[in-house]
Amino acid sequence: MNKIIEARFLAPDIKLFKIEASKIAQKRKAGQFIILRVHPDGERIPLTIADSNSKDGTITIIVQGVGKTTKQLNTLEAGEYIQDLVGPLGKPSDIENFGTAVSIGGGVGTAIAFPTAKALKEAGNHVISIIGGRTKELVLLEDEMRAVCDEVYPTTDDGSYGYHGFVTNKLQDLLNEGRKIDFVLAIGPIPMMSAVAEVTRPHGIRTVVSLNPIMVDGTGMCGGCRAIVDDKTVFVCVDGPEFDAHKVNFNILTKRNRMYLLQEKVSYEHYCKLERKIKEEVEV
Amino acid sequence: MEMAGITPKERMAIQRHHMLEQDPDVRNKNFSEVNLGYTVELAKEEALRCIQCKKPLCIDGCPVTINIPAFIKKIEEGDFKAAAAILKKDNALPAVCGRVCPQEEQCEKVCIVGRKNAPVAIGYLERFAADWERENLGIQLAEKKPSSGKKVAIVGGGPAGLSCAGDLIQMGHDVTVFEALHEIGGVLIYGIPEFRLPKAIVKAEVEGLKQMGVEFRTNSVIGLTDTVDELLQEYDAIFIGVGAGLPYFLNIPGEQLNGVYSSNEYLTRVNLMKAYDFPRSDTPMFNIEGKRVAVFGGGNTAMDAVRTSLRLGATRGMIIYRRTETEMPARIEEIQHAKEEGVEFMLLAGPLEFHGTEDGWLRSVTIQKMELGEPDASGRRRPVPIEGAIEEIPIEVAVIAIGNGSNPIISKTTPDLNVNKWGNILVDENTMKSSKKGVFAGGDIVTGGATVILAMGAGRKAAKAIDEYVKNKDIW
Repeated sequence: MNKIIEARFLAPDIKLFKIEASKIAQKRKAGQFIILRVHPDGERIPLTIADSNSKDGTITIIVQGVGKTTKQLNTLEAGEYIQDLVGPLGKPSDIENFGTAVSIGGGVGTAIAFPTAKALKEAGNHVISIIGGRTKELVLLEDEMRAVCDEVYPTTDDGSYGYHGFVTNKLQDLLNEGRKIDFVLAIGPIPMMSAVAEVTRPHGIRTVVSLNPIMVDGTGMCGGCRAIVDDKTVFVCVDGPEFDAHKVNFNILTKRNRMYLLQEKVSYEHYCKLERKIKEEVEV
Repeated sequence: MEMAGITPKERMAIQRHHMLEQDPDVRNKNFSEVNLGYTVELAKEEALRCIQCKKPLCIDGCPVTINIPAFIKKIEEGDFKAAAAILKKDNALPAVCGRVCPQEEQCEKVCIVGRKNAPVAIGYLERFAADWERENLGIQLAEKKPSSGKKVAIVGGGPAGLSCAGDLIQMGHDVTVFEALHEIGGVLIYGIPEFRLPKAIVKAEVEGLKQMGVEFRTNSVIGLTDTVDELLQEYDAIFIGVGAGLPYFLNIPGEQLNGVYSSNEYLTRVNLMKAYDFPRSDTPMFNIEGKRVAVFGGGNTAMDAVRTSLRLGATRGMIIYRRTETEMPARIEEIQHAKEEGVEFMLLAGPLEFHGTEDGWLRSVTIQKMELGEPDASGRRRPVPIEGAIEEIPIEVAVIAIGNGSNPIISKTTPDLNVNKWGNILVDENTMKSSKKGVFAGGDIVTGGATVILAMGAGRKAAKAIDEYVKNKDIW
């Protein structure tokens, strides 16, 4: 069991947790993730380690409530416990001094991009961060990014804050301005990562994405997270999660991630019904 | 020689007693155990069949050399507690082994009674004694030597690790088991289904080890959470029993379609994550109800997967195997049970390609029909494709159960640990010592996918060598 030290919402449905996990805090490197289980009948879900503090032995994860498990997780408060937490899993990001590196985060993807952006800066890169959100309140971690990056550009789809447009539009603008870009890291929804890959492909810019397939164990024993990269099967949990964006088959990843859409809905509705029942019983 | 008023000849004439089992048409709709075990009467009658050989071959047939005639004698006498105690001396998990060992290839294969009649049902009797003890007295703890002050780390909470831990704790050492998953048991928990091995039994036997003093640390992926080198700073010796948990795929087109599972994923979702109880438990799986399921492979894992499918409501559960039933590595009993439950066997058939819908869902598989050709290096007749004999079979779910390789996490993070080209750890056969001082290994990570009892045998062998090593580290 791992104790939650801090829990606060960063945006509607997006919550930051600081959790006691001293071993993981000492070991983890940028790009790695954990798998957790909220309760004894819970499922195992993967979440990227957004930050860690080896001194106080905590790791930080940022969770968007999109279904049963994440919504339930987001009801937990400081002082409560996570049933199971394992990590650090996956390969660390490949960090070098590339020159100018652009970190692109879409929605909660910014939380995943943050540790790598920080590591890129520490490796001597000039780091530009593009933070995308559908609307103003979904632009995450701007202050944190400003603290570790040289330039930060928030963008919103609806123009309610920062640059009006998609992250890819901003990236294209930078290229059109003739900025020399040596490395791009893109993390977010699949359509966004796939669109970034198409922007950088003609320029031959090394582009890395962090894939988000369905996972069970996260240690390479089941292949549920398999994806096609460079026409070969890879297990994202042990071979990734970061891969060359120009070689990833996003089409197959998208289809595979739809595998349990129906069951995910059933599970969420089942959970809501139970919650309502508990509330009613408490009121009676 | 006459015992209990009955001659050896009379003993050998008694017919082997069948175990009671659930009716096939009932059991293929539930996850409760198929075999119901012996009653006290049946167990005592079956025990009468043992002729108490002077030089018992059955003991040599058992990878952990249980004193088989001695425990059977105790059953015959009705002293079930003593029978269980004899088992415990050599086997940390008798209720598990009595259920999942392939006795027909081991102890029962060499039973003298089996030369003229069916062999004594040693596995059923082992299971009976262990179950009787657990149900009537609770798990009884084996005796423990005084503390040695030595610390041993066991990596992997499967059968090899558990038997090694069981022996070492009895020898008086401090034992800590590191397990990557959130539950202890390895394949006993995530692989073998409830209907063959109830999880409560595994948990009870693990609980016994806990009470003996074994410490279990779940959610620890050695290589990532801690490395082997880091463990060596804290522990006097390490045993690696991480199994063969890396699934092989067929590497044919369409394998990425939705509905295609590795047997590891399929069984882990059902057994460990209890997906059959969805949505009460959170882990989903493909809705098998009313679907056609094809399982590729002929081992116990394939039987477990296909029988699971029927229990999840599949209309067709098919085994597709490229050789014939004779070559199937699965236990005869499991093949028999599968057939009774309605599993279809498609033999001499190999998959060529999976076909899917526009949206990426599996809809069929094309199969190449085979015939048996000349024997290959293994001595088995090689299946040869029959030209033009290709068939497309509509299916919605495919499970690949063609074996597992070794997970590279430990070998990659421990460069001075020698492995072969398949990633299996190289050890001395007698001591289970690896190339790295203080590190021993055994079970599937050394042999490749094998059996529960062989893994347990390796764990015991290693425990003996570890005991000697921690007492005198000069003997490496």
